[in-house]
Amino acid sequence: MISFCGIALAHPIVNGSGTFDAIAARRAFGDALLDDFPFAAFVSKTVTLAPRQGNPPPRLWELGAGMINSIGLPNKGLAGFVAEDLPRLAELRVPLIVNVMGSTPEEVARLVAAFAERDEVAALELNVSCPNVKTGLLMGADPGETAALLDAVRPRSDKPLIVKLTPNCASPAAVAAAAEAHGADAVSLVNTLRGMAIHPRRTGEPWLGGSTGGVSGPAIRAVALAQVREVRERVRLPIVGMGGVQRGRHARDLLDAGADIVAVGTESFRDPRAGARVAAELEEMGANSGIAGTPLPTGRRRISQRA
Amino acid sequence: MSGGYETARAGNGGWPGDRPSPTAAAPRAVSPGAGGGDERTLAPLARRRLPVVGRRELGAYVVLSVADPGGPAPDPGQFAMLAAAERWGGGADERPFLPRACSVARRHGDGTLDFLLEDVGPGTERLAELDAGDDVWLLGPLGRGFAAPRAERRAILAGGGVGIAPLAIWQEVLGPGALALLGFRDAAHAEGAALLREPRIATDDGSAGHRGLVTELLAAELGGPPAEVYACGPPPMLEAVRALCAEHDVPAQLALESGMACGFGACFGCVVPTRSGYVRLCVDGPVLDATALERVEHPGAPA
Repeated sequence: MISFCGIALAHPIVNGSGTFDAIAARRAFGDALLDDFPFAAFVSKTVTLAPRQGNPPPRLWELGAGMINSIGLPNKGLAGFVAEDLPRLAELRVPLIVNVMGSTPEEVARLVAAFAERDEVAALELNVSCPNVKTGLLMGADPGETAALLDAVRPRSDKPLIVKLTPNCASPAAVAAAAEAHGADAVSLVNTLRGMAIHPRRTGEPWLGGSTGGVSGPAIRAVALAQVREVRERVRLPIVGMGGVQRGRHARDLLDAGADIVAVGTESFRDPRAGARVAAELEEMGANSGIAGTPLPTGRRRISQRA
Repeated sequence: MSGGYETARAGNGGWPGDRPSPTAAAPRAVSPGAGGGDERTLAPLARRRLPVVGRRELGAYVVLSVADPGGPAPDPGQFAMLAAAERWGGGADERPFLPRACSVARRHGDGTLDFLLEDVGPGTERLAELDAGDDVWLLGPLGRGFAAPRAERRAILAGGGVGIAPLAIWQEVLGPGALALLGFRDAAHAEGAALLREPRIATDDGSAGHRGLVTELLAAELGGPPAEVYACGPPPMLEAVRALCAEHDVPAQLALESGMACGFGACFGCVVPTRSGYVRLCVDGPVLDATALERVEHPGAPA
C-alpha cells in the first residue's frame, strides 16, 4: 500500500479523469469490474453544477500516436451525479476522487462544499481548464486566478484538493506554486494539449464538432515528462503524473521525473485493463519501492493552520 | 459511413480521413429496441489475444475468422473492438492507433467468430490483410444487440454494404423466414450477400439484382403482413428506412455507427443525437429503436 494525500492506495496507478466510466464499464463487463478494478483509485468524469450535453459530434480524431477529443464534459450536473452516480461509484472497492469544474470560483466552491461531508468521496480534483466567466482568464492558466480559486474553495472542505493543471499556459509550474501557496494538497498533470484537425473533405473546416479538442496519448508523453519535472522543481506537493502512459516503463519515467503516483488515460481506450497492466509492469520493475507519496500536510491540517 | 470514421461497430469503423464508401461500411449493431432493459452478453474484462484462423475474400470484402473458443457467444448485433496484435500503426498518417469496432457476422459452433471487413482506412486495411498465423486483440462482445420481433410480426432485414454483417448472425437466429433485403454499390460488393440466405439484392449501378435502392425493395414489402424491420447500413439508408417505417407504422430497430475509441463507454466519443439527447452507441447501442431517433444523422459523414 502507498499513501497519497493520506489516501491508502493498493498501487500507484489511477485513471485520468474522463478516460474511464466505471458505471458504463460495469454494464459492459459486469461485476468482474468490481473484483478486478484496474485502478487503485477511481477519478470521476468532471461534474459541473448544471447538466451538460457535451459537444456535438464528431468528437474524436485519431492520430498516429494518440487522438484528439472534443467531448465537452457531458455530465448529469451536481444533483444528478449525487443522486444517480455517487451511490454506484461508492460500490467500487477503491477510493473515489470526484473531479469538478465551475465557471467561477464560487461555483467551484459550491461543488466542493457539496462533497465535503460525503464519506464516499476521498478527495476532489479541480478541473481548472475553464475560463472564469467574470475575468475571461483560464482559471488554471494564470497563477493569480488559481490563487483566487483556492482561496474561495479551500475553506469549504477538509477533503484533499488536487488541482489538475493545464499544459496550455505559459508556466504550469507557476500555477502549481500558486496552488501550493493557497492550500492545494496535490497537483495532477498534464491535462490534454489543445489541438485540432481539419476536415478531410471540406476545405478549411474543422473536423471536430467543438472545433478544437484535446490531444492525448503517446504523442504527449514527452511533454508530460518535462512539465512534471518542471513542477517538481517548484513545489513539494504530491504530483499525479499523466500523459501517454502505455507501459510500466512510462509510469516509471514519470515517477522518476517527480510524480508520486501516475494516471493512465487514453491507453484504457485500447485496453480496459491498461491500469492494472501498467501497475503490474511497474511492480516487476521494482518501482514500487520508495514512491510512497511524500507525506505532506492534509487539507484538514492546512485549514486549522489557517484558522 | 465510413465517412468519417471507421466506425463503431459494424463492418468496420471508419475514421476521419478514410475513403468514403458510399453504401458500404455500415456496421452497426442493434439494440434495445423493443425491450428497454439492459440485457446483453457481457464481455470478459480483458482484451484477448486470439489467432486468425481464416481469411476469405468475398467480392470487395474480406471475411476474417478469429478463433475464440473460450469467449462468450455474442448476441446478434453486438460488436467487438479489433486490432492487429502486430504492426498496429505505421499505416497512412502512422495510424491506426485505436482499435476498430466490428460487428460479429457469425459465430461458428467451435467459437470461431467471423467479421466482415471493407478496407476504407488504415485500420480496416490492416485488419483486412491479416491471415492465418496472425493474431488480433479482441475486446467483446460489446453493446446491445437486436431484440426479438414484437408478437405476430415477421422480421425483415434491410442491410447496406458492410452493414449486412450483423444481419447475417441475426438471420441465423431468426431462421430462414427472415427476409433479407440487401443493397450494395455494385456487383463486386454484392458478393457480400453470400453471408445471408436467399437475399434479395439491389445495386446502385444495376450490375446485380434490382437497379436502385434497398429501400425500394423494402417499400414493396411493407404493404404485406405485419413486419418488424432490422436495418444496418450507411446513415442515409438508415434514415430512409426510418422514415419509411414511420410512414407505414412499422417498428424498426436500427444498428447505427459512429467513430468510437473504446467500445465500453469510457470515451464518450461515439454519441448520436436521439430524442432524449446524446447517447453512446457503444453501451446504449449500437442498435436503437427507430422511435428513439428524430432522424438518423452522421455528423462525420462526407458532405
